[in-house]
Amino acid sequence: MEKTVITVVGKDAVGILYKCSEFLYQHNVNIKDIAQTVLDGFFNMMMIVDVAGIDQSFESFAKDMKEMGSQMGVDIRCQKEEIFDMMHRI
Amino acid sequence: MLNIKEVFETTNMIEHENLDVRTVTMGISLLDCSAATVEETCARIEAKIRRHAGNLAATADSISAEFGIPIVNKRISITPISLVGASCCRTPDDYVTICKTLDRVAKDLGANFLGGYSAIVSKGITESDRLLIESIPEALAVTDNICASVNVGSTKTGINMDAVSLMGRIIKKTAHRTGDRECIGCAKLVVLCNAPDDNPFMAGAFLGVTQGDAVINVGVSGPGVVKAALDKCHGQSFQVLCDTIKKTAFKITRVGQMVAQEAAARLGVQFGIIDLSLAPTPAVGDSVAEIIEAMGIERCGAPGTTAALALLNDQVKKGGVMASSYVGGLSGAFIPVSEDAGMIEAVECGALTIEKLEAMTCVCSVGLDMIAIPGTTSAATISGIIADEAAIGMINQKTTAVRILPVEGKDVGESIELGGLLGTAPIMKVNGFSCEEFITRTGSIPAPIHSFKN
Repeated sequence: MEKTVITVVGKDAVGILYKCSEFLYQHNVNIKDIAQTVLDGFFNMMMIVDVAGIDQSFESFAKDMKEMGSQMGVDIRCQKEEIFDMMHRI
Repeated sequence: MLNIKEVFETTNMIEHENLDVRTVTMGISLLDCSAATVEETCARIEAKIRRHAGNLAATADSISAEFGIPIVNKRISITPISLVGASCCRTPDDYVTICKTLDRVAKDLGANFLGGYSAIVSKGITESDRLLIESIPEALAVTDNICASVNVGSTKTGINMDAVSLMGRIIKKTAHRTGDRECIGCAKLVVLCNAPDDNPFMAGAFLGVTQGDAVINVGVSGPGVVKAALDKCHGQSFQVLCDTIKKTAFKITRVGQMVAQEAAARLGVQFGIIDLSLAPTPAVGDSVAEIIEAMGIERCGAPGTTAALALLNDQVKKGGVMASSYVGGLSGAFIPVSEDAGMIEAVECGALTIEKLEAMTCVCSVGLDMIAIPGTTSAATISGIIADEAAIGMINQKTTAVRILPVEGKDVGESIELGGLLGTAPIMKVNGFSCEEFITRTGSIPAPIHSFKN
């Protein structure tokens, strides 16, 4: 398992989760956990996904995901889980 | 499992609080590159640096992309070049030839700075050291990415006052040689006392002879993250203040540790150290002065500043050493005036003087850093400033340094624009009384009594 954290931040709109899930499905990325909140009209979502079976390089996957986000008006970041684990777990 | 609050805390640090890894610096030993001719030495140096650091920039970029953490600088530090060139350099120009080779290789490999155009002369100066030092003004004028440093003292050896005197003159010459470019040469030249062997930060980085063939040292950063955390602690006790800095420093350092281990593994070289320094940039919100002000000091330089900085430095170390087992380099808070928006403002409004900065260097790393002074300042006065800083380092068993720019044709009230990470430097007032007689004495200041610990 190669866990990656995807964060989505931006103005709330119809279909953000749908589009993200569709994109992940197309690239064979399995969703392990999702949490989301809407604060003051801003959509905050975190997904923990497994990229072990991904069909392209991680760098181009992250770039494409970011590009898809900007088309929807949201900021999407894909980061390997270790950076969060290192920072928040001893 | 991670929760959403933790995840957004991290992304917020990166997006809004300027969290980054300031530098991944590969140290490369060039001890085996000495040859009988300058040409052969240059060829060996080039081959060795390319062999080890060929993939440095690309590797750092791919780590940055995968983990979503900016890695601002990819740099190289090398064995002090006066050791490597001793076998073949007979004139200062020979050293300039080596410097040009280093500059070309650094640029080719995407390293924005290469440090180690250096001499360690804390006890005495060899002929090779002297040639290297005399070549510095020309070498820094004809290259872009090379940093020079000279270590003039240590707690164990005392202070080599002949070298201190010489460096005052060399700094003046370097300023003159690059006078048409805001004295940029002086921004790439630092005079140190107790220089560490494993410093990843410029301009003082070099790879000491105690080190292996190649090593990865990483400098973390994050003044903006500490400032943002302290903004939530106004009116709270010192305990809360200390805990907040420690926790933040821990988090910042863990990211540096992860990047360092990853980079060392991918490049197939040894992981060296994490340098815990809080390194500011000219960007607003990435300033050490702003941290001090967030603690309750109206302007950096006001009474209380030294105590606030001492607290900050100590808590950063306490948080950082928990996060990494191998901490080294300079590890503290940097206070480079031109590179810190809050420091610049403090100088401009009259809150911060050179004398206060000198006091601050007693409790933090690293010294009088990136300070512009009037071009009329004499070489002896610059040597006096260097001697004062070296004395602080020698007596307190810590690293101190001077990176100072005597800007020709400029005086107090004016400023110079150095651009990029080097920022803007307001010209600061220097005490006008002379130390000429003291500086022109020959010899050295002996090692202090507490150096005899055997």
